Amino acid sequence: MQLDQLYQEIILDHYKRPKGRGLREPFAADVHHVNPTCGDEITLRVALDGETISDISYDGQGCSISQASASVLFELLNGRKVDDALAVHAAFVELMGGKGQVEPDEEVLGDAVAFAGVAKYPARVKCALLSWMALKDAVAQAVALEKEEV
Amino acid sequence: MTALTIPAGMPQYDDKPRFDVERVRADFPILGREVNGHPLVYLDSGNTSQKPRQVIDAVARYYAEHNANVARSVHTLGTESTEAYEGARAKVAAFIGAPSVDEVVFTKNATESLNLVAHAFGPHARDERFRLGPGDEIVISEMEHHSNIVPWQLLCERTGATLRWFGLTETGRLDESNLEELVNERTKIVSIVHMSNVLGTVNATSRITARVREVGALLMLDCSQSVPHLPMDVVDYDVDFIAFTGHKMLAPTGIGVLWGRGELLNAMPPFLGGGSMIETVKMGGSTYAPAPARFEAGTPPIAQAVGLGAAIDYLTGIGMDAIAWHDKELTAYALDALDTVPGLRIYGPRVPVGRGATISFTLDGIHPHDVGQVLDSLGVQVRVGHHCAKPICDRFSVPALTRASFYLYTTTDEVDALVRGLDQVRKVFA
Ligand SMILES: Cc1ncc(COP(=O)(O)O)c(C=O)c1O
Repeated sequence: MQLDQLYQEIILDHYKRPKGRGLREPFAADVHHVNPTCGDEITLRVALDGETISDISYDGQGCSISQASASVLFELLNGRKVDDALAVHAAFVELMGGKGQVEPDEEVLGDAVAFAGVAKYPARVKCALLSWMALKDAVAQAVALEKEEV
Repeated sequence: MTALTIPAGMPQYDDKPRFDVERVRADFPILGREVNGHPLVYLDSGNTSQKPRQVIDAVARYYAEHNANVARSVHTLGTESTEAYEGARAKVAAFIGAPSVDEVVFTKNATESLNLVAHAFGPHARDERFRLGPGDEIVISEMEHHSNIVPWQLLCERTGATLRWFGLTETGRLDESNLEELVNERTKIVSIVHMSNVLGTVNATSRITARVREVGALLMLDCSQSVPHLPMDVVDYDVDFIAFTGHKMLAPTGIGVLWGRGELLNAMPPFLGGGSMIETVKMGGSTYAPAPARFEAGTPPIAQAVGLGAAIDYLTGIGMDAIAWHDKELTAYALDALDTVPGLRIYGPRVPVGRGATISFTLDGIHPHDVGQVLDSLGVQVRVGHHCAKPICDRFSVPALTRASFYLYTTTDEVDALVRGLDQVRKVFA
């Protein structure tokens, strides 16, 4: 097995020096997701400013893949328009579900292309997706709240 | 300081029974394969064991030569199948010292065996010993596998009974300091693990048994990890029920065992309803067969039982005393070897006494998933995560652990491969 395909420098970098980590205020939605098979956890908050995700803050514990993935997510999606963020989200989910057959688009996915190798390890795909699923959940809740308030 | 030298070969242990591990390994076809370009180093036997040729062949031969349904045919194949299935039951009974073969109930795994016993309790149980309601108590421990926690939690939810548990000491032993208070006149059953699948601890049960007898409760042992590794005699242990699972003792998946005192089994209500478990069925109601048939509704796992019988023959051929001693020597070796890895912390007893051949640990700052992944790239198969025993992780405030578990085919070379692999893990995440 090519271990360095899985543990690419970018991933190890994000793991050792995570971006945007720590829970911050204010936030519109706060979610807690766990991976029941391994116990990895993440708490993730999003704040919205109109159509824009003005902050993504998170804290959690887990393996290098799950933690690096949250850091990459922050870097890619923080400050983006909700629709753009969801488009990137969809591309990432597609990459992760592709069993290593999907050619990632670096324009869209940035550092997240480093996770292409993870897609070949079914046991680890859930680790990579943990924070992304939490984000989707949090954004949906925040958007719903905003609609209620209008 | 004077150095204490133990002579080579430790002659003080010369009288211990031994076996030739290399010859045993030759019986396990899978041990010849490679994983990711490296020889397989299988250190996950606590999860499931590998199977020797003798077991694989016995299952194949059963299907090739005897296959038919059991206990319901007059024809020759049906008779042969029934003999094979009941023969396996007799082997299990002898293996655990059961006074009667009728006390051996085949289930699909230890989980079903535990659920079966939990299911016998309730507010309307005919036998007082199984009658359970608000005010009654069930005692488990903090080192249980989820399958010896959740069935009792569900039972307490159904009945209003209270679930209580033994805590753990810092070294991963049962904390019995409050035994007298914990097990009391309100206690209906104490169900604890014999050997922990995470900490490796083998629980000394005699004090608990004595207390259970004093208060008139029942005692169940989850022997999923112990029966494969240690000699077991249910009479010596003076228990009421034990549960274990075939796939951890060289047998196929899909076959488990519940042993219970005959008198208790026959006081229990059926578990699943269906064919083979009845005495007579009328539209107005049915009566049930005595144990073990009462608890074996439907077509049972016949070939799997035959496989379990073959596994028991294999284990008995080597000798459970010899297997237990092999485990002990290997564990002593592994505890010392793992101690040399910087940043490694062992959870559970750190001496090879009162523990089995299962060692869980953390590596400073490196998540078990990452440990397991790098080890896998070197062919070393370990388990990572919470091992279906999340309360243990909570007790020691760790999200997850890495576990190496050994069996009769495990060698010191494989322990060395683990230690070398851990060095590699530390390099990747340095
Ligand atoms: C201590 C213990 N109890 C129960 C079980 C459950 O065994 P099974 O999954 O075969 O029912 C296991 C297996 O992991 C175990 O280690």
